[in-house]
Amino acid sequence: MGEEDGVNTFADAIRFIGNNTDLLRDKIIEHLELSGAAVGVSILIALPLGIWLGHIHRGYFAAITLANVGRALPSLAVIAIGIALVGLGFVNVLIALVVLAVPIMLTNAYTAVDGVDRDAVEAARGMGMRGRDVLWRIELPLALPLIFAGIRTATVYVIATATLAAIAGGGGLGEIIVSQATYGIAGVVAAALLVTALAFAAEGGFALLQRAVTPRGLRAQRERSEPLVGPAVEATT
Amino acid sequence: MTTAAIPILAQAQPVIPDFGRGSTCVRENGTFCWGWFKDNWGDVFQPALVQHLWLTAIAVGLGFAIAFVAALIAYRLHWFETPFTLFTGFLYTIPSLALFQLLVPITGLTTTTVEIALVSYTLLIIFRNTLLGLRGVPDDVREAARGMGLTRSQMLWRVELPLALPAIVAGIRVATVTVISLATVAAFIVDQGLGAPIRDALQKNFNTEFIAAGLLAVILALIADALIVGAQRLLTPWARRTA
Repeated sequence: MGEEDGVNTFADAIRFIGNNTDLLRDKIIEHLELSGAAVGVSILIALPLGIWLGHIHRGYFAAITLANVGRALPSLAVIAIGIALVGLGFVNVLIALVVLAVPIMLTNAYTAVDGVDRDAVEAARGMGMRGRDVLWRIELPLALPLIFAGIRTATVYVIATATLAAIAGGGGLGEIIVSQATYGIAGVVAAALLVTALAFAAEGGFALLQRAVTPRGLRAQRERSEPLVGPAVEATT
Repeated sequence: MTTAAIPILAQAQPVIPDFGRGSTCVRENGTFCWGWFKDNWGDVFQPALVQHLWLTAIAVGLGFAIAFVAALIAYRLHWFETPFTLFTGFLYTIPSLALFQLLVPITGLTTTTVEIALVSYTLLIIFRNTLLGLRGVPDDVREAARGMGLTRSQMLWRVELPLALPAIVAGIRVATVTVISLATVAAFIVDQGLGAPIRDALQKNFNTEFIAAGLLAVILALIADALIVGAQRLLTPWARRTA
């Protein structure tokens, strides 16, 4: 395949986007619905549990193990096993995406709350705050940036993995990518470009959101050392 | 039991992988048919596993070579860090299936396409960890080494890199499990690795093959993860005391 073909394919892909706006809009909406549902369910499961465990400083080993196992789970393999156990369709894909997203969010939420400066917590207790006040007024605000980092990493991961979900009947842009016979190479490349754009949009949007929820006092020191690749805790474990 | 025909029947009707001649379990598309798995281990799963390992080893090897050199450069020349991090972070964010397909018009349906994509996912992880590891060497240690008269390159190879080893290996570990995961997706480009039986199972809607290939990929990733942790402990006995 020559270079000329490559350039033509990308030009065809752009033309495909122009000619199929309705189809692509529907697929993008499907993609976002699936990703949104998966992220939503994962937040409901992972955040309360991670924050609570971090608050009582228990389950360090479990959290780290979950992070390692979760990261090692091949996404396509989880979807394949899901097809055999649950069958095709939205629910199967949703379960698979939740299984993949929960460890990322839970570990980040746990390390975020667990790692809040002990002096700040001690000071709050000295001022007469009780457990719940300490959690809501001290630990959560200070942990919020890292909790958000987990949601951000998980969301970008879910959007990418939702592409694979098409093989299990999950719909979305992946459906076009795996159906070259129907949409041609131009359609495949067009959908690949769009899903890439979605991932970057999510990354950028969450980066802004993360900045917005960072307490002013933390901003200066965080900005320099912000982790690019998900949970920074794993770097040396 | 005639099982040799199964891999050829990719175009057959769904749910009847063996035209009804297989075991009851296979005919009824049971959740996991151990007999079928055993009969197809040699023809289907073992080769897929070996291919998977090769795809992974080549990607991590090349990725390490590039990212390690880049990290050494960035350690000496600070300005190099930001552009390399931005570029590899950009690559890292592209969804795998999309990156594979975007490369196809340029490099075709080849192993080259697969390896370029897989390597590009390892770069950010290994680069960052290596650089952070090198920067994490305590200044006292550096001073002491300089005081002992070590040259810059002696210091790098005898003091800084050994101390950075745990972080470097941690990077290789994350990169390896990431590549094992993404190499299953490579089957959409070339008929290789553990993703290939998953694609085959899709065409036949065959539960046993889904579970077998899926579980093998999961187990492979977990074993690789554990082996690298073990290797790290062996390589850096001094780190065990502080950990």
